Amino acid sequence: MVAMDLSEMEVVYQHPHALVDMYTHFCPGCTHGVAHRLVAEVLDEMALSERTIGVASVGCSVFSYNYLNIDFVQAPHGRAPAMATGVKRVLPDHIVMTYQGDGDMISIGAGEIVAAAGRGENITVIFINNANYGMTGGQMAPTTLPGMKTSSSPNGRDVEQAGYPILACELLSTQQGASYIARRSLHDPKNIRMAKKAIRLAFETQVRGLGFSMVELLSTCPTNWHMTPVKAVKWLEEKMIPYYPLGDYKVHPTISELKV
Amino acid sequence: MARELWKGNEAFAEAAVRAGLQAYFGYPITPQTEALEYLSARMPELGRAFLQAESELGAINMVYGAACTGARVMTSTSSPGTSLMMEGLSYIAATEVPMVLVDVVRGGPGLGTIQPSQGDYNQIVHGGGHGDYHCIVLAPSTVQEAVDQVYEIFDLAEKYRSIGVILLDGTIGQMIEPAEMPPMREIRKEIPEWAVRGGTGSNKRVLTSVHLVPEDMEVLDLRLIKKWQEVEKNEVRFTEYYMDDAKIAVVGFGTAGRIALSAVRTARALGIPVGLIRPISLSPFPYQAIKEAAAQVDHILVVEMNSGMMLEDVMKVVKDSTNVEFYGRMGGIMPFPDEILSEIQRIASGTTPSDIHPRDRWLKRMESVVDF
Amino acid sequence: MPLKGTIVVNENLCKACELCVVACPQHVISLNKEIITPRGYHPAHLAEEGCTGCGTCALVCPEAAITVYREKRLIQGQEA
Repeated sequence: MVAMDLSEMEVVYQHPHALVDMYTHFCPGCTHGVAHRLVAEVLDEMALSERTIGVASVGCSVFSYNYLNIDFVQAPHGRAPAMATGVKRVLPDHIVMTYQGDGDMISIGAGEIVAAAGRGENITVIFINNANYGMTGGQMAPTTLPGMKTSSSPNGRDVEQAGYPILACELLSTQQGASYIARRSLHDPKNIRMAKKAIRLAFETQVRGLGFSMVELLSTCPTNWHMTPVKAVKWLEEKMIPYYPLGDYKVHPTISELKV
Repeated sequence: MARELWKGNEAFAEAAVRAGLQAYFGYPITPQTEALEYLSARMPELGRAFLQAESELGAINMVYGAACTGARVMTSTSSPGTSLMMEGLSYIAATEVPMVLVDVVRGGPGLGTIQPSQGDYNQIVHGGGHGDYHCIVLAPSTVQEAVDQVYEIFDLAEKYRSIGVILLDGTIGQMIEPAEMPPMREIRKEIPEWAVRGGTGSNKRVLTSVHLVPEDMEVLDLRLIKKWQEVEKNEVRFTEYYMDDAKIAVVGFGTAGRIALSAVRTARALGIPVGLIRPISLSPFPYQAIKEAAAQVDHILVVEMNSGMMLEDVMKVVKDSTNVEFYGRMGGIMPFPDEILSEIQRIASGTTPSDIHPRDRWLKRMESVVDF
Repeated sequence: MPLKGTIVVNENLCKACELCVVACPQHVISLNKEIITPRGYHPAHLAEEGCTGCGTCALVCPEAAITVYREKRLIQGQEA
């Protein structure tokens, strides 16, 4: 490769300030990292880091407090929305976000998330849906697709026995207190750009005091899906998106008029 | 300030407000609900945070979040709710953020009864949640004591970055009696150094209970125990009645201690040399006081509204030379003073020392009182 | 003529997932088999000429390991 004089060039993209420059525990190709980066970019762009408090959850999401360069508290499994509520009610001028996986948010924490949405709690939830429990080794999650094999559904999820996936956006968008509910995917450049815009709008919702905001990010788990990262993004596109349609499920009128 | 008639649940709620409570999160459960109702009006009136949570799980984790900001925060509940809060309490203990819980105890196990009990002694005093941690636990026997202890325990919780629990028998929560309210304190302005507030880089703060490296976790565990030693050294509270020349010591906390005092007074009038030790701090437990009493008396009678949970703690420090007896009522039934007086009289008239556990002997005696 | 660009991959962060390799519209990124990082990966690198500095690789990178540079765009009427 021909060496180029970097000082003569403009930086098109660099590591966001709100993301700590450190090696993560994520497996190669895991799109948790993309989600972290997008959150960090939005925090940088909106200059929110100095007044944001993150609430980490349990699962692969647990170490978000190490990776995002903001104050953090770490919640028991599923309880992040409740803990975020406690922070927000005491510090209403601060920005409070939770970062939760699917097992955390819509299985063990289903009560807390629905209650927070119903209350119109003015917090932002970043919800990573990778269709399994990643941290514990790929067990069936509430989001596991019908027929999908996991370590605890070795013959594929049998809906007769284990029921159907829970559709978080569809569920939460029915709550009057919810102001921004969107589902995006992290499988390709175009969708990653759209995911970032959704994260931006979710934080814009909170900054404006409009109530509960949540962005569901369809995400890969190459290790537990037993695929290469490249195959995993293809699988996400082909299998997950048909089940979890992308789009805006609820957008407050003020936000729908916003240009970002 | 004048003494006024206060219902226990409302009294401790107002005492918390006066202690500078900044946020309250709770969930309705009998016999604690009046505290939640009282604060639902009182806190917003003062511009402070109040929220009725979706569950006790929600409430304790809202407390957890608020506590991480350094705010004075409290929740109150009753036994089944306390069971639900155990997860949060363990996390909060590990994160070392101060908070206050008022547990208005009712009879269990299970949904149990809504009548008063002391059945939460073990789950509060001896943990309940997972891992090695201790809460500072105070047990009032009157509405006034409930007021004073709630007012004080915020300071203790903050001093040790620990959980402060008021173990309030359902009786005290529901009882109306005269109490004097302490003065209104200013809301604390300064933020504790460790509290999250928004910060990046070298100002970034993380409050977590996760320490995946075993060596780190052990350091935290050891440090928590070391801190607890300080609490044990400084914060033991109990009160004694008629113990100077006593040959029988009754030991009881909260309502059981209060009822026992009536029995002890009557017994004294009958010429029986009996006294009462009423532990106020159940954790740290007044082991030394019990030990010293045991050296002085021939008999110790432990009275509780459970099956002898504190009895085990008393027996830890009482040598075989002192006879230990137990009397308890359960399921929401409170002992009458006469019942305890009968026990004192039985002991005073001479009991044969026995190798059988005091609980087993009590259970045998109960067979003639209750059909079970 | 497209602008010229280049990338710098932080080899401490790269886990050789190949998402950038696949995403690069110019197909000029590959894993560098000449190098093994201390964690055992062949990190991504710009293997051929043709980078336009579009930033797509950085966009898909889960590790935020890629810094993207591009020639300064000449604005009419201004000196280079």
